[in-house]
Amino acid sequence: MLPIRAEAVSYAVGGAAILDDVSLVIEHGAPMLILGPNGAGKSVLLRLLHGLLRPGAGRVTPEVPIRGAMVFQRPVLLRRSALANLRYPLALAGVPGPERARRAEAALVEVGLSALAGRPARRLSGGEQQRLALARAAALEPEVLFLDEPCASLDPAATRAVEEIIRRVAARGTKIVMTTHDLGQARRLAGEVVFLHRGRVVECAPAEHFFAGPASAEGAAFLQGDLLW
Amino acid sequence: MQDLGSAFMAAIALVRDGDAGMLAILGLSLRVSLAALGIAAVVGLPLGALLAVARFPGRRAVVVALNALMGLPPVVAGLLIYLLLSRSGPLGSWGLLFTPGAMVIAQAVLVTPILAALSRGVLEALWEEYAEALRSFGAGPWRAVPTLLWDGRFALLTVLLAGFGRASAEVGAVILVGGNIEGFTRTMTTAIALETSKGDLPLALALGLVLMVIVLGVNALAQGLRDVALRRAG
Repeated sequence: MLPIRAEAVSYAVGGAAILDDVSLVIEHGAPMLILGPNGAGKSVLLRLLHGLLRPGAGRVTPEVPIRGAMVFQRPVLLRRSALANLRYPLALAGVPGPERARRAEAALVEVGLSALAGRPARRLSGGEQQRLALARAAALEPEVLFLDEPCASLDPAATRAVEEIIRRVAARGTKIVMTTHDLGQARRLAGEVVFLHRGRVVECAPAEHFFAGPASAEGAAFLQGDLLW
Repeated sequence: MQDLGSAFMAAIALVRDGDAGMLAILGLSLRVSLAALGIAAVVGLPLGALLAVARFPGRRAVVVALNALMGLPPVVAGLLIYLLLSRSGPLGSWGLLFTPGAMVIAQAVLVTPILAALSRGVLEALWEEYAEALRSFGAGPWRAVPTLLWDGRFALLTVLLAGFGRASAEVGAVILVGGNIEGFTRTMTTAIALETSKGDLPLALALGLVLMVIVLGVNALAQGLRDVALRRAG
């Protein structure tokens, strides 16, 4: 699956450009954090890279229906038990029964939810739901995992638990591509940074370079906490 | 007032004595309605789910037509089934006219659009929530149909109850294609219609009361099941 390349990708809704001439390459390595103010087009970019949206112009390669796995800002959990939620995409992916059960169990243990395996997924707390959604995507053992603001509505303890899981998944060799508006989180997790502003990639840099001194005025303003529009 | 009072006494007497004639009528009513509901569910629920996820030209027209069919007058449906099943009709060789089978067909025809239209509405909301996630897992619309039917099971129970209500309360179609033959195709509703036209209002009212209690009981049972299941499964 990797490298995934976006080549001169544009995307518009009703004539309004959301993304404009975006090019980037996703390769194996440390997590890629997509940063930028609200409305910069981060979520749309993630969906284009994953394959949920098709670019209006340009292309994303490899040209397959879905690239990698994805976790959404608000976890979409099926009206089933936590364990059944884990099994569902594995069954769709054609993972055979015994292997499916093994992977689902292991994923639950990894995110610390094995005691809640039989619980209806939608009765779990917000943090538990997001951990379950992460486990569900990670159990697919994707080459690349897209995370759209996975901690946006979580408290610090839950955020910490989710970040810990992200680190572990990344350590296993899964490429993490993630959006966040939380600069602290970006500093903690990022290996490389893509800075998006008004639908354009303004900077693409190793995290330590970006945080030490962004090359663009917009990037510098963003890091200082100035309002960008 | 006097009628109501005596109807109440008559109803109690019917139930207390376990009147064999009434029990037979009641049994047939339930069998016909439940069989029709079963057939309508097998056809209507997947159809509703498919309409919820599929996007094709003319979809809106299909949805509008289905919604309109919910209001199909039972006597009209009964008449159409009558023409199909009558000896000279295209399905006359089946020999079903004036049998419980014909009544099941007529009620299934009436209930199927109700189940399809209502389940379409319920499952479309669920699909809106699930669509991105299921596509992310690589599930197309066809694969989404069974998923939606299962995950929408509690809401669909209410849809089934609406269908059961329509079937068990229906009189126009079953009287046309069933013929209201005593001991064979007489149901609660056709018996009530008959007793009313004969002037035996207390008996008609008593049968009506029994029917209402049955419908109430079925709904209460379904509601209870739903509550228990919801508590277990979220």
